[in-house]
Amino acid sequence: MTLGFYPGCSLKGSSREYAESVLSVAKAFDINLEEISDWNCCGATAAHNMNKELSLALPARILSLAEKQGLKEIVVPCAACYSRLTVTKYELAKDPELRKQVTTANDLEYNGTVEVLNIIQMLDKYVTPNLEGRVVKPFDHKVACYYGCLLVRPHEILKFDREEDPQSMDELMLKTGATPIDWAFKTECCGAGLSVSRTSSVGRLSGKIIRDAVDRGAEAMIVACPMCHSNLDMRRGAINSFLGEKIDIPVLYATQVLGLALGLDRKALGLQRHFVTVTV
Amino acid sequence: MSSDPHHLTISGLGGEVLEHTEVKVSHCYQCGKCSAGCPLSEEMDYPPSVIMRMLQTGNPELEDRVLRSFSIWVCLTCEMCFARCPMSIDIPKMMDFLREKSLKEKKVNRKAKEIIAFHKSFLDSIRYTGRLYEIGLFADYKVRTLKILDDMVLAPKMLKRGKLNIIPELVKDRSGVASIFRKTVKKNKN
Amino acid sequence: MSKIGVFVCHCGENISATVDCAKVAETASKYDGVTFSVDYKYMCSDPGQTIIKNAIKEKGLTGVVVASCSPRMHEPTFRKACAEAGLNPYMCEMANLREHCSWVHEKGEATTEKAIDLVRILVEKIKYNQSLNAIKVPVTKTALVIGGGIAGIQASLDIANTGHKVILIEKDPSIGGHMSQLSETFPTLDCSQCILTPRMVEVAQHPNITLYTYAELESLEGFVGNFKVKIRRKSKSLDEKLCTGCGTCTIKCPAKKIPSEFNEGLGMRTAIYVPFPQAVPNKPVIDRLNCTYYTKGKCKVCEKVCPTQAIRFDQEDQIVEAEIGAIVLATGFTVKQPDFFPEYGYGKYPDVITGLQFERLASASGPTLGEIRRPSDGKIPEKIVFVSCAGSRDQAKGIPYCSKICCMYIAKHAMLYQHKVHDGKSYVFYMDIRAGGKMYEEFVRRAIEDDGVNYIRGRISRIYEKNGKLIVCGADTLLNAMPVEIDADLVVLATAGVANADAEKLAQKLHVSYDTYHFFAEAHPKLKPVETNTAGIFLAGACQSPRDIPESVSMASGAAVKVAGLFSQDELTREPLIAVVNRQAAPVYSSCVGCFLCVSACPYQAIEKEEIKNRAGEVIKSVAKVNPGLCQGCGTCVAFCRTKSIDIQGYTHEQVYSEVMALLNEY
Repeated sequence: MTLGFYPGCSLKGSSREYAESVLSVAKAFDINLEEISDWNCCGATAAHNMNKELSLALPARILSLAEKQGLKEIVVPCAACYSRLTVTKYELAKDPELRKQVTTANDLEYNGTVEVLNIIQMLDKYVTPNLEGRVVKPFDHKVACYYGCLLVRPHEILKFDREEDPQSMDELMLKTGATPIDWAFKTECCGAGLSVSRTSSVGRLSGKIIRDAVDRGAEAMIVACPMCHSNLDMRRGAINSFLGEKIDIPVLYATQVLGLALGLDRKALGLQRHFVTVTV
Repeated sequence: MSSDPHHLTISGLGGEVLEHTEVKVSHCYQCGKCSAGCPLSEEMDYPPSVIMRMLQTGNPELEDRVLRSFSIWVCLTCEMCFARCPMSIDIPKMMDFLREKSLKEKKVNRKAKEIIAFHKSFLDSIRYTGRLYEIGLFADYKVRTLKILDDMVLAPKMLKRGKLNIIPELVKDRSGVASIFRKTVKKNKN
Repeated sequence: MSKIGVFVCHCGENISATVDCAKVAETASKYDGVTFSVDYKYMCSDPGQTIIKNAIKEKGLTGVVVASCSPRMHEPTFRKACAEAGLNPYMCEMANLREHCSWVHEKGEATTEKAIDLVRILVEKIKYNQSLNAIKVPVTKTALVIGGGIAGIQASLDIANTGHKVILIEKDPSIGGHMSQLSETFPTLDCSQCILTPRMVEVAQHPNITLYTYAELESLEGFVGNFKVKIRRKSKSLDEKLCTGCGTCTIKCPAKKIPSEFNEGLGMRTAIYVPFPQAVPNKPVIDRLNCTYYTKGKCKVCEKVCPTQAIRFDQEDQIVEAEIGAIVLATGFTVKQPDFFPEYGYGKYPDVITGLQFERLASASGPTLGEIRRPSDGKIPEKIVFVSCAGSRDQAKGIPYCSKICCMYIAKHAMLYQHKVHDGKSYVFYMDIRAGGKMYEEFVRRAIEDDGVNYIRGRISRIYEKNGKLIVCGADTLLNAMPVEIDADLVVLATAGVANADAEKLAQKLHVSYDTYHFFAEAHPKLKPVETNTAGIFLAGACQSPRDIPESVSMASGAAVKVAGLFSQDELTREPLIAVVNRQAAPVYSSCVGCFLCVSACPYQAIEKEEIKNRAGEVIKSVAKVNPGLCQGCGTCVAFCRTKSIDIQGYTHEQVYSEVMALLNEY
């Protein structure tokens, strides 16, 4: 089967391993991920911080292109892109005036018919139902599932899982043989876009997250967002600075864990690209 | 004889917030739950509940301080406040609006210089290539902030791990993307 | 020939501000049949009524139209005035120029025209009015009180002390309600059970009160003064006459791990149990859902050890029927549980408890014998955080109202804790402090000034558990919303007071109105707090909205007086605006064809079948007959009747039709 695919900027660059693991898992289940032709950046945090219309026009262009390509459903592995696309879809459906304004700026037809799925939704729909008998190397570790902000909030727009103590990623991890722990920072912000401009804040926020997970015995952090991964992994230096201690807990994408459980090749899943060595 | 609540006019910045975001500042009863759950609260000059109070007063001096605050720029739009607010006030949406207005009126807090610079560098990068070009972003950022040495160690590490594209990925319809920028952003001239 | 008088009221400025009253009166004076028409400032006042009475007497009026406010306001006033002047009160009609006209439109010609129309249609209607006489029904002078908490207890005692009989039913095995669960009461810190149990005993011993515990209302029929109730006395599996309350069975029962409802889940009870030591009646019941005998067919230890052989395993529920004249609803309220709060852990932390659970901890007869201990490990907490407005004043959670009592009981809880644990630290996270009763503000100040309770203004964002402590994340809004994080040993949530889960079902059984939150609705929020819109049913206590003990007691006494007032009459007058099936001369006898569609349509089961017989006793025809005692005049049967054989007195087909035709200007 074919599914539309919006990688977003990070999956093409700084979070390349996420894309690799998504594609590996999709391939293992004969899912053809068709990239949206000529997709642009969704604008991420910068756009909605600076200009409302721009922040809606950029994702609208992506959705229009997907429509044009005949894609009914698209999977958006990056939680931030997923949030922007879903919010745009919601805002344009709610306000026809705004829709007209935005699509005039875009100069593209927009009907709001494309279904936007985040990575967990995609896996729950197309992968886990067919997981029976395919887990050859159960991921027998204690994991802390970190959802971050944008997968579950605001609930009234995303309508995915629940805002407090979400369970969807935990349930997915159970199916891979992992043991998700109950911990207190599942949805606390990692520091998001302040990675470059205010790294110390990221050190503090991500540090608190790592601290709680490690204190409760987690052996790996599991994420579904490249920004969260970057803050927890690439910015480990700042985290260690804040905690006053060198912490080695690796950070894996949910798709990487799934890939490992399916027995897929470690290199194909991009595990060597992480800053914190993945020992599990 | 009856007071028509639909015609209640809220003046000043609070009124503009209502007009552009449907957020009614009078709904806030200052419980403080937003500030209690805000991850950046301790780094803000005015935590979110205080910003709300300042807007409620309709006092022009306080409204000015809101637009000049650091709070609105360090806010991560993590949506935690909105998720927990008992009056379901869309604070993140209000923050986006206040940010745009702060830019328009050139009242950006000096402490937010790096944050704004990052956003601008990010958007500039997309404007020209359609997709983010990290090297371009870093270069632009460093020029804006003069933080040449920051993260210098990071770049080679990223390169080594194949996480940094030397050559930018270009969108074919770059003029289409640039025109989006022209039609939306250029009006504000930032 | 009709001689109708029209009296147009200004109602101060309520009507005259938008309607030209003089013009209405003047126009009306020209109608066929109107012999007197006047406008006046306050028709309901004494001088106003005098105008009506004098006109009736002097002009020999046969009908009166008062064009003023809603009949719900002053119909009785004007009908009484007419009666005093010698005119049948049902020859008086009211045109609602206020709620239906002046209050909903702007000043102008169109508004006055509408007012003129409203008067005209009633002038036409009244030409078809008939004199009617009020129906008298007997009153059964027995009251039913539903709910045995402090409100129900007070109401029962008050009614019983006026000499009338009371049946008090309570669904739990004992009366006492939430007040029996409290340790001390604010603002005096009186021991709750000590002041309550004498009342409970009084109820049990009162010659005029019949107490049924473990009983619920099964069904209700009838109307004010003449209710018929069925009470389901759930089987206690016990012969109460033989049981001495020795308690041996409760000690020997092997099923000991059932969470105790009375202790709010903090302690355990047995399957055969008495909820608490001071229970009234002090006789056990068997919880069949958890008893080994009922679930697995084994055990029967209680039967073996009972010295009077009082256990009856095969006892069935008993339905008791009673005739009742008035009902007092005193079913109380309940509180939300911690699982209602996602941000406080969805109820998974045992040391995050409700205010009621704290009461059980503080109570000397509670699961920890009055020592404040953590439910998780039994340790005495060194730091307690109390959270106000947990669920209340929270639109996002669907409970926008204030639960009224929490500010006071939090101060009380914090004080009790400080008294019991001298170097303990208590924190209260609040939004406001609502202490409006007598000595209430002083009580809260005592907590802050004398007992060192730390009050922090700010709602908390979340609670999570770490290393056996509960991390409470809040902010001090009086200090620029500075973040405040406390590692508490115990957290007490002042959870919202809400209606009972079965409140809706009960209200529907009784045909009593209730609001969005399932609290029972009072007849008027300001002036009729203890009455409902259903005649004969009164409210007492928190089932109407959350309130404290003195208010519940006051309300209960108020309801009791209403009942006593009802019972002080030997007969009740009912409005004759009821349905009647026509009767005609032989050989037709009635245009009713006996299809009895009306019988199934009537919501009050007020229609019966009547057999019309000849002299030989042979049945000629079966027709419908309305029971004037039960009919409420809703008109459903009239709408259903295919042959137009049934009509409402006071709103006959002719009367209504004439109104419609008047509006269409064809009269």
